[in-house]
Amino acid sequence: MKTNLLRKFAAVATLTLTLAIPGFAAADTTLLNVSYDPTRELYQDFNSAFAKYWKGKTGDTVTVKQSHGGSGKQARSVIDGLEADVVTLALGYDVDAIAEKGLIKPGWQKELPHNSSPYTSTIVFLVRKGNPKKIKDWSDLVKPGVSVITPNPKTSGGARWNYLAAWAYALHQPGGNEAKAKEFVGKLFKNVPVLDSGARGSTNTFVQRGLGDVLLAWENEAFLAINELSPDKFEIVTPSESILAEPPVTVIDKVADKRGTRKVAEEYLKYLYTDDGQKIAAKHYYRPINPKIPSKLAKVKLYTIDKAFGGWQKAQKTHFADGGLFDQIYSPTK
Amino acid sequence: MANITTLHNKSTDQARRQLSEPFWVRWLLISSALLFLSLFLFVPLASVFSEALAKGVETYLAALQEADTWSAIKLTLLVAVISVPLNLFFGLAASWAIAKFEFRGKSLLITLIDLPFSVSPVISGLIYVLMFGLQGWIGPWLQDHDIKIIFAAPGIILATIFVTFPFVARELIPLMESQGCEEEEAALTLGASGLQTFFRVTFPNIKWGILYGVILCNARAMGEFGAVSVVSGHIRGMTNTVPLQVEILYNEYNYAAAFAVATLLALLALVTLVIKSWVEFRMKQQEIRS
Repeated sequence: MKTNLLRKFAAVATLTLTLAIPGFAAADTTLLNVSYDPTRELYQDFNSAFAKYWKGKTGDTVTVKQSHGGSGKQARSVIDGLEADVVTLALGYDVDAIAEKGLIKPGWQKELPHNSSPYTSTIVFLVRKGNPKKIKDWSDLVKPGVSVITPNPKTSGGARWNYLAAWAYALHQPGGNEAKAKEFVGKLFKNVPVLDSGARGSTNTFVQRGLGDVLLAWENEAFLAINELSPDKFEIVTPSESILAEPPVTVIDKVADKRGTRKVAEEYLKYLYTDDGQKIAAKHYYRPINPKIPSKLAKVKLYTIDKAFGGWQKAQKTHFADGGLFDQIYSPTK
Repeated sequence: MANITTLHNKSTDQARRQLSEPFWVRWLLISSALLFLSLFLFVPLASVFSEALAKGVETYLAALQEADTWSAIKLTLLVAVISVPLNLFFGLAASWAIAKFEFRGKSLLITLIDLPFSVSPVISGLIYVLMFGLQGWIGPWLQDHDIKIIFAAPGIILATIFVTFPFVARELIPLMESQGCEEEEAALTLGASGLQTFFRVTFPNIKWGILYGVILCNARAMGEFGAVSVVSGHIRGMTNTVPLQVEILYNEYNYAAAFAVATLLALLALVTLVIKSWVEFRMKQQEIRS
């Protein structure tokens, strides 16, 4: 009786194991692309296009696995040993953090064209249908009674772009200076009822939970929210000026060399710059860097992080470090 | 005679009325308990199933057959198949030692067994990152020898084992303590070997307790989110368990699929509840018999 039970248990265990193992069995080559939240759909599309291209070119099968999450959190996982062959993160600062630990060679941002950013994006507003609060530009966000949804700049890459876009706008207004920008952004964050930790969390807060009048979002995220969820409930407002977000891509040298995947990893990233890659990026509402690829997106005056803030390292230090400008502006216990 | 019975009935009725609360208090208590239960348990449970089936049975079944979801189910089963027997073995050994023997540091051991209950699951995951992560104690060595622990199945299994550590032991210790060692001593004096004593004397006394512990352990092993989330790395189709897959699908605006996968966990909970009540029933019966 007892042995019978044991035998049955062993049989079930073996069966489950055999079921489970094919999930781990690899194809010819696998790459792991560790990315940030809003690129899920883009890379699902791009990975299958690349696999096809690679098969046609070399006859090899390549499977690209994806991992998504907040940009900073994903960088942290790679630092802790998540074996990413390539990273495609929200901002250069997070890639710098990986490079600091020696996993990427210094000077990575010059390896690929256009600061290693094959596509760009910007920050736009998502408002409720009919734009009941008449939100047209950044200056409308600081008005009393307007509720703004944005994630926390401390944890979310997208939120840092939101914050810096608002700052850059205020800075470039007639008579604008640092003190006025600080006051402007401070007023804006007084209108934020809840800070989620990531961009997707904020989108869900705005769309699913119905909180807030306006969501500050990645342009592609805003279009996705409209198309995937409810085209008749929201509209996109593109402000007069915004920031040029350059999400960088790079090979993790240590991992690629160890796994012997350097060549295919490099080709994978280069394929982002081809016409096919650029078209896929445009299709998912990223701004292609190749001007010949048609884009559906409105033309906006965009400030770069380098010109307006002196680069990510500096912006991070002044604005988002502990005790930095964001901490001075935002006090949750208001 | 008839008079006596009616008298007797009357007096018990009176006694009952005097001993218990008035009708409206009882009614208020029961209905508020029911209202609370339905608000916080039945309504969410029903909404999980209704959301899952909102786009029809076909979408529901398709969502469960999707490759990444399927691999999440397989990984979850693998994790449970490894961690539950290990914790069963550990729980048996620990409760045996604690209930049947006296030794120094016994209370320390009990505290240690309880530790995973009091530690937040996120911390349970982070300790493994600190130990096995590339910046951790033995991470670089593991990397050199090409051994993957965190961001792979072994790390997820380790974290699950840690979190589900106390379930079997906690269930068995009081049971074994209450039974004492007399029966085992008798068996040993009659010439039974250690293993014989265990299988013929100890095991029959605790088998329902073991099953109870295993069910709870299994439910937690399959449903654990926090600790697993920290060590998973969230690689689609590789290191996502069912609870993590639910989160991913939800974040992808794929609500029907997210709730479809969530129904698996809800069903697991329901099955667990049914088996649990059955086991409790059997345990009571055993108690009455002995």
